[in-house]
Amino acid sequence: MSRYASLSDAELVRSCREGVSEAWNELVERYSRYVYAIAVRGFRLSDEDAEDVFQDVFTRIYTRLDSLRDDSALRPWIAQLTRRRCLDALASKGREVPADDVLAGEETADLTEVEEAFTIREALSGLPDACQDILDRFFTRDQSYKTIADELEIPSGTIASRIARCLKRLRTELEETE
Amino acid sequence: MTRLYDEERLGVLLRLLRPAPMGWVRAAQELPDARRTFDEIVARAEADLAFRKALIADLEQALSAEGYEPDRRILDEIRERLSES
Repeated sequence: MSRYASLSDAELVRSCREGVSEAWNELVERYSRYVYAIAVRGFRLSDEDAEDVFQDVFTRIYTRLDSLRDDSALRPWIAQLTRRRCLDALASKGREVPADDVLAGEETADLTEVEEAFTIREALSGLPDACQDILDRFFTRDQSYKTIADELEIPSGTIASRIARCLKRLRTELEETE
Repeated sequence: MTRLYDEERLGVLLRLLRPAPMGWVRAAQELPDARRTFDEIVARAEADLAFRKALIADLEQALSAEGYEPDRRILDEIRERLSES
């Protein structure tokens, strides 16, 4: 794990402005799932459109980082950039775009869930590496018990109980941070 | 207010943030290099009339002849910059 992974958003932004490439890599790593989820879950863009939005959002982040007024407000800034680019993508395809940036109820619900999911992911980063790894493999990479067991070299019969224990720790982490 | 999550709900939310395709992430991480290439090409085009004319005539071939391998996004930006000036 990069030493930049433990930095706050504000610290990360400052390092990116100083041209530290590892900091930029970490910023992309930290927010890539978020931008991707907004595009494909919140706005249901096709893979092709989502890729255009994804690359464009990170280009804008990189070229406009100096215009961010509050370094700790990176996440809402990225969310806003991504939503606007998604709306542009929908408009360019002739799909109906909610007026004045007002999103339809269903899209709003999905975007709210993406925000909630990001909070869960932040809490996940407070867990031991082994817990982060097994939960990520099972829930977001769809790996089977067997694949996880083979790759981590642990008995497959213990996977379910390890996942349950890590979920319990995640709950505790969330309760302590709220 | 503290929100309580059961394991099922945590699983649903964890599944929402799936990894973006690796190629997309890598391309985004390589942006600083791509921007440096873009700046270098634009600076050369501004200083070297022959290079600029070659870019306007056939952008991809001119860049390839000079050893550049910029991605599509950079090509689009250079095209846009050349058409502005």
